[in-house]
Amino acid sequence: MTLLAVEALNKKFGGVVAARDVSFSLAAGEMLAMIGPNGAGKSTSFNMVGGQLRPDSGRVLLEGQDITGLPPRAICRLGVGRSFQVAQTFLSMSVLENLQMALIAYAQRTRDMIARAEALFRAEALELLDQLGMADAAARPMNTLAYGDVKRVELAIALAGKPRLLLMDEPTAGMAPGERAALMRLVAGIARRAAIGVLFTEHDMDAVFAHADRILVLVRGEIIAAGTPEEVRANPEVQRVYLGTSGLRAALRARAAAHG
Amino acid sequence: MSVEFSFLLVQALSGLASASSLFIIASGLTLVFGVTRIVNFAHGSFYMLGAYMAVTIVPWLLQIERSPTLFFAGVLISAAVVGVLGVAMEILLLRRIYKVPELFQLLATFGVVLMVQDAVLHIWGPLDIAGPRAPGLRHGVMILDQRFPAYELFLIAAGPVVLGLLWLLMHKTRFGILLRAATRDREMVGALGVNQALLFTGTLFLGAFLAGLGGALQIPRVSASAQMDLAIITEAFVVTVIGGMGSIGGAFLAALLIGQLQAFGVLIFPKITLVLVFLLMALVLVVKPWGLLGRPEAAPPSAMPEGIASPGRFCVFEKLLVALALLVAAMLPLFGDAYAVKVATEVLIFGLAAFSLNFLVGNGGIVSFGHAAYFGLGAYASGLLVTKLGMPMEPALIVAPLASGFFAALFGFFIVRLQGIYLAMLTLAFAQIAYAVCFQWVEVTGGDNGIVGVWPAPWAASRIVYHYLVLVVAVLGIIALRHVIYAPFGASLRAARDSAARAEAIGIDVRAHRWLGFTIAGAAAGLAGGLYAFSKGSIDPTLLGIPLSVDFLAMILLGGMQSVVGPVLGAAAFHSIKDVFMPLTDHWRFLLGASIIALVLIFPRGLGGAYASLRARFTGGAP
Ligand SMILES: Nc1ncnc2c1ncn2[C@@H]1O[C@H](COP(=O)(O)OP(=O)(O)O)[C@@H](O)[C@H]1O
Ligand SMILES: [Mg+2]
Repeated sequence: MTLLAVEALNKKFGGVVAARDVSFSLAAGEMLAMIGPNGAGKSTSFNMVGGQLRPDSGRVLLEGQDITGLPPRAICRLGVGRSFQVAQTFLSMSVLENLQMALIAYAQRTRDMIARAEALFRAEALELLDQLGMADAAARPMNTLAYGDVKRVELAIALAGKPRLLLMDEPTAGMAPGERAALMRLVAGIARRAAIGVLFTEHDMDAVFAHADRILVLVRGEIIAAGTPEEVRANPEVQRVYLGTSGLRAALRARAAAHG
Repeated sequence: MSVEFSFLLVQALSGLASASSLFIIASGLTLVFGVTRIVNFAHGSFYMLGAYMAVTIVPWLLQIERSPTLFFAGVLISAAVVGVLGVAMEILLLRRIYKVPELFQLLATFGVVLMVQDAVLHIWGPLDIAGPRAPGLRHGVMILDQRFPAYELFLIAAGPVVLGLLWLLMHKTRFGILLRAATRDREMVGALGVNQALLFTGTLFLGAFLAGLGGALQIPRVSASAQMDLAIITEAFVVTVIGGMGSIGGAFLAALLIGQLQAFGVLIFPKITLVLVFLLMALVLVVKPWGLLGRPEAAPPSAMPEGIASPGRFCVFEKLLVALALLVAAMLPLFGDAYAVKVATEVLIFGLAAFSLNFLVGNGGIVSFGHAAYFGLGAYASGLLVTKLGMPMEPALIVAPLASGFFAALFGFFIVRLQGIYLAMLTLAFAQIAYAVCFQWVEVTGGDNGIVGVWPAPWAASRIVYHYLVLVVAVLGIIALRHVIYAPFGASLRAARDSAARAEAIGIDVRAHRWLGFTIAGAAAGLAGGLYAFSKGSIDPTLLGIPLSVDFLAMILLGGMQSVVGPVLGAAAFHSIKDVFMPLTDHWRFLLGASIIALVLIFPRGLGGAYASLRARFTGGAP
């Protein structure tokens, strides 16, 4: 079933076309990768789906409901969680408090002036952290974490809202290669189990070809190719403008590794 | 040709003359902001110094010969002297604060304002000094059937001439081209290896020169006085904010708009021209949050925010300290004299006000530069109700926070739409509206003199009983606000401060939460204001003024913005020091200004920060 349908999104910044007629769809439980060089318009597309940017034209449908131009908080409440290219967390709080905050927001109790925030949703917060292997760091101040761990916490925050759709803009940036593969495996597992649709961008071709069910290739705001990893890899246009020969080799290696 | 028309024409012309003057001053402010990203409160002081220099230098030159040349030479010399003072300010102060948070920059430059005020009083005395009129421009010119001063015509031309010269400077000289590049992209200039220090110093010279020129050109129209600085700085802020901070063309456009609005507004609403100006600003900012010609500011890089982090619980030792402080406050009437009781009562009131301000600034990251407005509105609400309507004290004290909360909600609706420096400027603007209304609406508010006879109910009339009343109400207020800081709502405000994008993405309506927070803080300040009105027995417009807003900021700075109870400590320290030292010196403002600068430069985490590092040293834990 179609979870997310994006129809002909366009966005211009001054003279720069950041997205031109971007259309794609995503099913529940599916991992869809969006790849493309820097400045291709990946983050712009994410922001139009997540509500951070309003498209110039086009529509975004979540399970058939038009969510185009809604504010991020409304889109979040409809079941869309996300991470940002530059991780966005609450730096003055501890790791645990970050998760508690996300759970308080999910429970719509942010205007509560009576309870002690510290005491709310501790167990649930720890459980989410445990899922991402961050339980040991629960008490640490956010601003003392390594960037890779920050990204992991951000993912846990996004999952706290029990999303149907997860948007991950470069989730593994700043991680060591081994960590990256582990995180992508983890996300793929969670997505399959909970039937969460995942849209992600990633510069690490190994991670993309190992975990994506389908791939979109975005170049200068336009989708130039879309399909299964095999189709995309075989597409001569993609090879010419984006993957190049070294990228292709990496892709083959990744596929071989993933299928043992 | 009707008289009507010529009258309107003359009105429009005098609007143009004020627009010119305003533009010359505002262009300097916007230039300095564009390059240094500092909003310079002391720009108004430069303007005042320009006027004082000119009333000193020009008459002296005119003694040699009464010629227009010497008059304008004197004006230019005055402006140049002020420019040099700008250079001194850049080298001695600004250089050290380019990287500190905006609030600290604003406070430090306000410290300079206070110091200059005292210096001016010391050098030129308290009396206004009228300047000479410009030789050759003293006559009137007939415009249709109306007489119009020739000097005003000259001023009308001066604005566009300065705009033209600035354009030439910015486009045809190496300095100007660098200056524009720095306004657009500061990183790039650094990367080019340009001598940034020299560029910044040069910019301050130019900015201060323009402010001084604006002041010096005013001397035939207005006498130099020690109150010129704050009056002009708010107008200049409004012009730069409406025009878009950093945009000279925008400043010109905004000055024209405001000049005409004032010229014609005075015909329709003679009493509330100031209100019209600020309403225009609020309107423009709602439609164009970065002003008419301003460019959106890139979001500040995510960094550890300045303010309250995860608030901790009191340890046993700290609980004892708090209990001891409460005990002292409660027992004071037994061993202290009447004076000590009065000071303690005021400390409690200011403690509540400062705590409510830090609820916004430290906990919410909402830098309010006009918090005294809500304090003062609470005081006026109570004071007017008991004196004009004969309401008893108790209900009047309940209305105080409601009235302030109402105005905080009204103003806050616009304020929370903005960010950073624009937000701070709008809080200041609304505070000035409230001040202007209390100052100008003489029939109701008693104007400048205010209203006396705001006395507590008979049962609370003694200083001691009133002290206990304040103790109970203020402490309960502080406990309630503190509780909110620890509750999900307080945490949500911190979350929105840390990362608005993340807060929105987990479903928090950032704007609505900030609005509610602003309203609560305003109401709490209003409660403090109501208590203050009855303790003083009178109200007057200084209760809403910028200096009191700055006092509140100094209190939280001294106490430590990142500490939950620090602001109360800061209020106690600040108010006691002020009460002890103010009578001892004629230069209290100078001392206060210097202390604020010293706080920003060497003690930015305040008493709370100092305590936290001591505690960390003894417990071995992280602060
Ligand atoms: N807020 C913005 N203002 C102006 N231009 C932007 C903005 N955001 C993105 N762009 C431009 O849009 C294009 C696409 O950017 P982006 O979506 O961030 O690409 P990607 O995420 O694929 O690297 C780039 O040319 C970028 O400079
Ligand atoms: Mg991107």
